[in-house]
Amino acid sequence: MSKVIVITSGKGGVGKTTTSAAFATGLASKGYKTVVIDFDVGLRNLDLIMGVERRVVYDFVNVINGEAGLRQSLIKDKRVDNLYVLPASQTRDKDALSMKGVESVINELKQDGFDYIVCDSPAGIEKGAFMALYFADEAIVVTNPEVSSVRDSDRILGILQSKSRKAEEGGSIKEHLLITRYSPKRVEDGEMLSVEDILDILAIPLLGVIPESESVLQASNQGNPVILETKSTAGQAYEDIVDRFLGETVEHRFLDVEKQGFLKRLFGK
Amino acid sequence: MGLFDLFRQNKKSSANKAKERLQILIAHERVNRNGPDYLPQLRYDIMKVIQKYIPIDEDQVKVQVENGHGYDVLELNITLPEEK
Ligand SMILES: Nc1ncnc2c1ncn2[C@@H]1O[C@H](COP(=O)(O)OP(=O)(O)OP(=O)(O)O)[C@@H](O)[C@H]1O
Ligand SMILES: [Mg+2]
Repeated sequence: MSKVIVITSGKGGVGKTTTSAAFATGLASKGYKTVVIDFDVGLRNLDLIMGVERRVVYDFVNVINGEAGLRQSLIKDKRVDNLYVLPASQTRDKDALSMKGVESVINELKQDGFDYIVCDSPAGIEKGAFMALYFADEAIVVTNPEVSSVRDSDRILGILQSKSRKAEEGGSIKEHLLITRYSPKRVEDGEMLSVEDILDILAIPLLGVIPESESVLQASNQGNPVILETKSTAGQAYEDIVDRFLGETVEHRFLDVEKQGFLKRLFGK
Repeated sequence: MGLFDLFRQNKKSSANKAKERLQILIAHERVNRNGPDYLPQLRYDIMKVIQKYIPIDEDQVKVQVENGHGYDVLELNITLPEEK
């Protein structure tokens, strides 16, 4: 049974594409046939983060318009087996994605035996974001510990719960909260909302917490999904969320300031 | 409470403040979200009418739609200012 998972947030720049790339790569590494689709029409970026930008020939809109077949449009990853990327179109036409077209592509991917179809949503709560979430079975809501991001996440949750196909059919999308760019130090200093604060407000199950990490930028510079940086905290945190998503019980890591330092020991409890 | 704690208490407040503000705002937005699209305008119009007679603030008018079984209830809640 294939599953469609949308990576969404409302607010822009919170880490959806970073997460989509890492999550899809993680699922594929576990042996699941996985495709990650860039829904950000006009602002293609997933290809860069995945490091496949020079291999893009056809895109999502070409497939929808019948200008290219699905198989010839999917880019097969060279590092990880079972991993495929479907890039966004660079067209400026906001209406290039039609509901019918998106549905037929998703159905074809299901028929082709994909286990996971990961949809990288654009920012906002308009058409593009709506298209990305409409057919989802599950949603990963990416939130930064910051007021506007939390508020937008709540709005996106409202849309997931009322406008998705699952909701229209009387069911519900399974929701997961992913907090990214988390800084334990700033939380400890009272400058940043904590995991508990965000959970209190949004009240959906926590899939994981990705710490603020320099390796995310470095990985993106090289076109490497950060989950492949196995030494980095962000990479390890993404590995954990893949395991948790697949049903394993994994303790949350990187939530506290690392215990060390002379001053800290002197003044600590 | 030592000097160190005082520092921390002070700093704590910015995240706490954020949480408080979010809780109030989101509770408000969730109510409006589930209602029909005309609700904000309706609320505004009602407020304007009341203001003709009584000085009230915007946040003293609460309008929401409660879903019952087979019927909806339009709930109107207006807090009047205390009489001087
Ligand atoms: N855990 C992290 N630590 C540090 N930087 C991060 C982290 N996650 C994401 N970033 C940075 O945040 C920026 C935005 O990330 P990304 O492009 O994934 O967000 P997005 O939600 O897809 O944005 P958009 O809404 O524009 O599509 C990038 O510069 C990325 O490197
Ligand atoms: Mg993006």
